[in-house]
Amino acid sequence: MKESLRPVWLLARRELRDQLRDWRILTPLLILTLGFPFLMNAVAHEAVSFANQYGGNLIVDRLVPFSVLVIGFFPLTISLLGALESFVGEKERGTIEPLLGTPLADWQLYLGKLIVGIVPPLVSSLLSICIYLLIVQRQDINMPDAAVFAQLFMLTAAHAVLMVSGAIVFSIQSTSVRAANLMASFIIIPVAILMQGETALLFWGNNQVLWLAVVAVLIMAGLIIRLGLAHFQREYLLGREIDVLNIRWMARTFWRYFKGDARSFFGWYRYSVGATLRKLRMPILLLVVLAVAGGSIAYSWSLENLQTYMDAYKPEQLDEIQKQLIHTDGISGIANQLTVSYLFLHNVQSTLLIAFFGMFSFGVLGVILYLFNTSLIGGLMGFVKLIGYAPLPIVLAGIVPHGIFELPALLLSCAAVLHIGLVLVTPQAGRTIGEVLLEALADWARVVLGLVIPLLFIAAIIESQFTPPMLFCAMTSPDAPITTWLACAFDAIK
Amino acid sequence: MIETHDLSKQFNNDFWAVDGVSLTIKPGQILALLGQNGAGKTTTVRMLTALLYPTRGWARVNGYDVATQGARVRASIGVLTEQHGLYMRMSGIEYLDFFGELYGVDGDTHHAERKRLIEYFGLAEAAHRRIGEYSKGMKQKLALARALIHNPPVLLLDEPTSAMDPESARLVRDQIASLKSSQRTIIICTHNLAEAEALADVVAVIYRGRILVSGTLDELKDSVLGPSEYEVKLSQNWDASGLVLPEDVILSDQVPDRMRFRVKDPLVGNPKLIHQLSANGAPIVSVSESPRTLEQVYLKVMADAQAARPQPEVR
Repeated sequence: MKESLRPVWLLARRELRDQLRDWRILTPLLILTLGFPFLMNAVAHEAVSFANQYGGNLIVDRLVPFSVLVIGFFPLTISLLGALESFVGEKERGTIEPLLGTPLADWQLYLGKLIVGIVPPLVSSLLSICIYLLIVQRQDINMPDAAVFAQLFMLTAAHAVLMVSGAIVFSIQSTSVRAANLMASFIIIPVAILMQGETALLFWGNNQVLWLAVVAVLIMAGLIIRLGLAHFQREYLLGREIDVLNIRWMARTFWRYFKGDARSFFGWYRYSVGATLRKLRMPILLLVVLAVAGGSIAYSWSLENLQTYMDAYKPEQLDEIQKQLIHTDGISGIANQLTVSYLFLHNVQSTLLIAFFGMFSFGVLGVILYLFNTSLIGGLMGFVKLIGYAPLPIVLAGIVPHGIFELPALLLSCAAVLHIGLVLVTPQAGRTIGEVLLEALADWARVVLGLVIPLLFIAAIIESQFTPPMLFCAMTSPDAPITTWLACAFDAIK
Repeated sequence: MIETHDLSKQFNNDFWAVDGVSLTIKPGQILALLGQNGAGKTTTVRMLTALLYPTRGWARVNGYDVATQGARVRASIGVLTEQHGLYMRMSGIEYLDFFGELYGVDGDTHHAERKRLIEYFGLAEAAHRRIGEYSKGMKQKLALARALIHNPPVLLLDEPTSAMDPESARLVRDQIASLKSSQRTIIICTHNLAEAEALADVVAVIYRGRILVSGTLDELKDSVLGPSEYEVKLSQNWDASGLVLPEDVILSDQVPDRMRFRVKDPLVGNPKLIHQLSANGAPIVSVSESPRTLEQVYLKVMADAQAARPQPEVR
């Protein structure tokens, strides 16, 4: 192990020396490291006194963790300079070929570049934070506890890994330094948004949630590193392609994958959609397990925890809620709102949201949204039980009729998004990341257009027309057999 | 040893940069790979260095397969690339140390080899200076030293003397010749045909990804330019109309004071020719072989190849 890490260190050491000899990198790093803590301290004081002039009740102490987060972030932006040009810069300067010609393995080259991208800005960030804390300590300001500092240091390190790993992916996939630099905003903006979320957690969240944020950022960084390694190709780094958005090629490639070998519409369903479904077996299995686990945990959680909240209500208030739920006007009122188009468009919107968030997070955010939905069912069942109903009739009457179409649709769309994430982090010999992504998108489109949309449409019709009366019948006579509910529901529809 | 069979590389699913290259270069042999810019020389070298995967065919370098044993192949090769790939902020010593360590050369061996190469290439004075301050020729010599630092059994050299002054170029040629005598397998890609002629045992001409001709210099001269040509210089005008030429000898050119003959087998044909000329009273001053260079071979091969290929119209 030590032997295989030695070339990594050699590579990183050379670049570190190179960077430390470049005043264009050193100057901003030094200015940000040494000057920014003082600036931040002054700004924090000014901001607090400004807010307090207008009746605010702020104290500087509360701003310390936030300031630490910001001070840590700024030197990290410099990390992008080195990381973005790590591979493509060498390519432009013509130094990449001798380096690629050495016996180093891909991961050694990649890790060497990653280390050199992370270390200088991270050291600068941590140094800057330490300077700021020294300044703050001299002002008799109350410091947050050690756990918060540990979180802030971890978050800063996680941001560094996230940004550098993303920048290296751009560096490998770009054909010029200019192109790589243009992509920098795709890193800075999401990380800045992420930081705003973390700031909100700092002010209003609890420690546990902030630890989760640290873990989430590290997982994301790990996935991006995996993506970079999976698509690291010496061949691509030596290519002479220029940055041209080849829409015709993209459209042609996408259509080729979308169509598959099919020669007719039915053939497409039978072979192309079928082939994609076979590819989705593992994600589907994983999502089914997660859904069952999530639903069960949410059901148990609501049984154990919701009672405390419900105890705050008086029995007569709960009776009122119960009456409202089964009141004919209430149900029919809801049914009037739940039109086919409303339900269909809402579910399509959810599918697209899962896809959108999933595509930017290797499927992870898509899975979280999916789990939110499936856990909600479990939680709702727990709540139903707590207010005095048997959950099974509610499930059978209120979820199963449209759920047998809607839940598989949700499952398939989420599996297709997860598949995109999985193929992106899986090595694909001889294929570019663009081609891999287009194939995965074509698979997603096959599933969504071929299965998810039709299933959602059928589900919307049932949920709008059949589920409300069925649910009403089940809630009014929960002990009756299903056939009775069915008859009752059909009568109501007529 | 380098062996390739049907080695081919296609880019973008439509363009064959190298198409069916089959070569064998034994230890102690130098192959000169000649061709226009874009003919496929660099792509061939990159496949042999395991930087590009062959689309078709195979290649073995020092006994290792380029497609499956990339790291071992790269460890066996010293490459001088088209672009020298020097880090301008490093000193020459630092640069050689960096690559020596990347190739895992043992400390003492590395220091001895580094010293030898720096002294051989006359870089001792500049060894501690930043590479950015080096002249073009010095940079090329340093890049060559890098290719040799790990004492590789196989060398792939792209234009090894292109930026050098005649003295340095001579130095590099001598170094290559000495490497050849130490049983290394060497490929030189060059546009310098005189250099190729001086160094190479085997020559291959590549055009649009395909090897047009390959063989030893003599084989190529014979196969491309035909039998050797001999010039007979005369002291005065002489009428050759009554001359009966021996078998396998053809009169290829005649001007008043000299004649040229193509002789298939000079050992047999030349004595007969001279005898015949003397017997017919030709006033012979000298008989010499017309020089046939690699340049003539190359230009003839390229001209034939281009003539055989329809020229695309400019729209």
